[in-house]
Amino acid sequence: MNPFSSGTRLRDMIRAIRASKTAAEERAVVRKECAAIRAAINENDQDYRHRNLAKLMFIHMLGYPTHFGQMECLKLIASPGFPEKRIGYLGLMLLLDERQEVLMLVTNSLKQDLNHTNQYIVGLALCALGNICSAEMARDLAPEVERLLQFRDPNIRKKAALCSIRIIKKVPDLAENFINSATALLREKHHGVLITGVQLCTDLCKISPEALEHVRKKCTDVLVRTLRDLANSPYSPEYDIAGITDPFLHIRLLKLLRVLGEGDADASDSMNDILAQVATKTESNKVAGNAILYECVQTIMSIEDNGGLRVLAINSLGRFLSNRDNNIRYVALNMLMKAVTADGQAVQRHRATILECVKDSDASIRKRALELVYVLVNETNVKPLAKELIDYLEVSENDFRGDLTAKICSIVSKFSPEKIWYIDQMLKVLSEAGNYVKDEVWHALIVVITNATELHGYTVRALYRAFQTSAEQESLVRVTVWCIGEYGDLLVNNVGMLDIEDPITVTESDAVDVLEIAIKRHESDLTTKAMALVALLKLSSCFPSCSERIKEIIVQFKGNLMLELQQRAIEFNSILAKHQNIRSTLVERMPVLDEATFIGRKAGSLPGAASTTTMPSVGIPNGEAKPAAPLIDLLDLSSDDAPAPSSSGGDLLHDLLGVDLSPAPQQSGAGQPSKSGTDVLLDLLSVGSPAQSSSSTVDILTSNTNGKSPVSPLDDISSLSLSSRVNSNAGAAPMMDLLDGFGPSPSKENNGPVYPSITAYESSSLRLTFSFSKQPGNPETTNIQATFTNLSSNVYTDFVFQAAVPKFLQLHLDPASSNTLPAAGNGSVTQSLKVTNSQHGKKNLVMRIRIAYKLNGKDTLEEGQINNFPREL
Amino acid sequence: MIHFVLLISRQGKVRLTKWYSPYSQKERSKVIRELSSEILSRGPKLCNFVEWRGFKVVYKRYASLYFCICNDQDDNELETLSIIHHYVETLDRYFGSVCELDLIFNFHKAYFILDEILLAGEMQETSKRTTLRLIAAQEELLEAAKEEASSLSSIIAQATK
Repeated sequence: MNPFSSGTRLRDMIRAIRASKTAAEERAVVRKECAAIRAAINENDQDYRHRNLAKLMFIHMLGYPTHFGQMECLKLIASPGFPEKRIGYLGLMLLLDERQEVLMLVTNSLKQDLNHTNQYIVGLALCALGNICSAEMARDLAPEVERLLQFRDPNIRKKAALCSIRIIKKVPDLAENFINSATALLREKHHGVLITGVQLCTDLCKISPEALEHVRKKCTDVLVRTLRDLANSPYSPEYDIAGITDPFLHIRLLKLLRVLGEGDADASDSMNDILAQVATKTESNKVAGNAILYECVQTIMSIEDNGGLRVLAINSLGRFLSNRDNNIRYVALNMLMKAVTADGQAVQRHRATILECVKDSDASIRKRALELVYVLVNETNVKPLAKELIDYLEVSENDFRGDLTAKICSIVSKFSPEKIWYIDQMLKVLSEAGNYVKDEVWHALIVVITNATELHGYTVRALYRAFQTSAEQESLVRVTVWCIGEYGDLLVNNVGMLDIEDPITVTESDAVDVLEIAIKRHESDLTTKAMALVALLKLSSCFPSCSERIKEIIVQFKGNLMLELQQRAIEFNSILAKHQNIRSTLVERMPVLDEATFIGRKAGSLPGAASTTTMPSVGIPNGEAKPAAPLIDLLDLSSDDAPAPSSSGGDLLHDLLGVDLSPAPQQSGAGQPSKSGTDVLLDLLSVGSPAQSSSSTVDILTSNTNGKSPVSPLDDISSLSLSSRVNSNAGAAPMMDLLDGFGPSPSKENNGPVYPSITAYESSSLRLTFSFSKQPGNPETTNIQATFTNLSSNVYTDFVFQAAVPKFLQLHLDPASSNTLPAAGNGSVTQSLKVTNSQHGKKNLVMRIRIAYKLNGKDTLEEGQINNFPREL
Repeated sequence: MIHFVLLISRQGKVRLTKWYSPYSQKERSKVIRELSSEILSRGPKLCNFVEWRGFKVVYKRYASLYFCICNDQDDNELETLSIIHHYVETLDRYFGSVCELDLIFNFHKAYFILDEILLAGEMQETSKRTTLRLIAAQEELLEAAKEEASSLSSIIAQATK
């Protein structure tokens, strides 16, 4: 080394950096060095280029920017000597990554070095290529690498094999070129070449089915033989680890066999013996032996079934699980997770041990075990497992509670055998870890509570008790507040006592206390406070004695800075002060929340759910809340899954049943037995109105008001046909016709089973009319002739009509007359349906429909519900 | 497949980083920061695996150094532990009872040895003897080049005297 050269030696720089006592001192040293290196770069100093780069690499590892050194790497790589190239390639791999443009500049040097006469230089180039090449470089240099797979020196062949893996991962189309040379490597004796060859084949098989087929046919036997020789080989010091010859090669061979055996019974068959041998003979007291066993078990579980082997595999996992070494236990849990699908029963046997692992002090093991327990839960073991987990929740660490709570909630709601158990468990979770419970979970709880009518009293009392001890859990507070608002009277009067309960005495003011605490807690957020306000309003009506106190609490929030609270407080205050007469109807108990609605919502997006549960519809008379839900629901559901034409699918049916209730006003209006003409007219009215709910209710309401007089309905019809906007022309004409036909003859019975046609569905682009007929002597079955008319000026192709009905109906759909619907009413498509009503005379027909077609090649979907069927179908 | 190898001292100083998957420089320092805080804080009796961003990081502590390898989720963790041990043993044979200081002052040699054991995120050579033989052969090349250079410079020096 020239003593007069500028700059320090690498060793001196490292010493100086290590000697720095503060970060600032270190920065100063690095700054000085970087400045010197930059200067050297600018002067194009060749003598110390490689020393400078080595320094830069050290600086880079400390986390300082070193981008200015990138070009130096390229210069070193381009220089002729081995020492320069070696440090240049090292710098290239460290300072650059494959996404940098600079890398492209190195392609040419790499190409030259891959063809170099010095095999070590070839090795350097292969190493760099294998570690950082991009797709472009892979494409450019693949032929060189392919050639090097046959190089005379095995150390180059093994590097070339691993390089090929990188290349085929970057450019999968190149895989084919490598198949032959890769399989040739499998016959090598040199361990390095063999192991790299095996790895290359594994990746080839994953990428190309063709390669998989080839290797499976040609090489399975060779690989089995190699593994057998290896497993039986005598002690060889060069490859020995803890008494096993080359465990790495063992593992890679097992991995490739797994790929070959998966989905192929013959290949699996030929490897059974050696797998059994490895599984039984391998020493399991050292890491290396266990690694082989682990890989072997994984292969046995993945290849085609051989009962005996699987039992052997799961037994060794059982041994793993009882091992004291955490690593082995972790691996066992990991593997059991995969074994669950193959043999759940066998894994269930280890349940107790797995449950212990949930409580391990090691976070990695806990997480694995919890996931495994989660898959192991079923209807039969949910009670003990949930109990264990909930008990553990009390002592678990905070950062694990979120995961644990989510899993418990999911288990409990999925497998709960009865509602009371579900409510009990959820209350425990809420009081232990209410702050970790997600919104949708407590929303679901409220839905379940409202549906369990006989448990309302029990629940509200249990919540009251839980609140006394766990008032810091936000979601517990919310559920309590909501339930006290709804069922406060049950709390105070001890209604619906169950045998298992201890009696408690709660006065009206105790109940209000809870709400006051909730609303005045500092930690309570906006939602909780808003819910508490609503609950107070509700209590004001059912606890008249506390009315004044409640009013005072509400008044305090009139000046709240949160707009939502302020508005609610002011509104509620005016209800209390000025609208005593309507208050009690306003704050009636919420109708039972529709579980199907909630599930439907959950399937879609969540935000809507909050509004149903947290906002008892204060402004709206309660009667309407119910019909509103199924309507939304219908829209929701029709957007997810295609309603099958047959009558199956639980959710769907729920909905349709819900639909039954939706035209409630209509039914009440037509309460009398349908003898008079007015009813027919009413029918017609509803027939003429579009299926959209909003306008139909309006129409029916107007007709209801003067439904008594036989003349005025006619007026109504005319006014209706004027008022119904878009479809008035289309809808009115048939209606008048029908009026002519039926109006004068009020007695339907005489005419036999003849029913008016209806416009079942109409949109701006499409109209669907139904005409009905019945076979004599079979009143339950209705034949429906559906006629589709195209209202637009474009032809609809691929026209498909689907319908769904609730459980009490049976539907049969005949094929449609055509799947093309001509434009602008120039013809129509007809389709006949047969509906059998098992509750004939009690329930009306109802149907949901879905019409799909292509408009100018674009898929269009229209959906609707039909609930304007003539009665008595 | 191995995505990266890290050597971190107990104080959180990086001693070696090797990336087999593309991470930008910014991501690299983020990864190092995240992992070193996660791994250094783990107690001594816990298992050697950390699940991290859908990968599995296998680490093992030797004296004051943590050797970490980031693997795919379905790779064999126990084998990865053996790979770490294999590397450490190779270093040990090369340096003769290796210590952290050896790896600080000869960090490039640690890289060269690693490059003979792993390539493209896969196992390249399972024989320590072969690895060390290859390293020795390359060092001979270096020596030869150095001698040539010094003899050249002495010739030049004599000629210019």
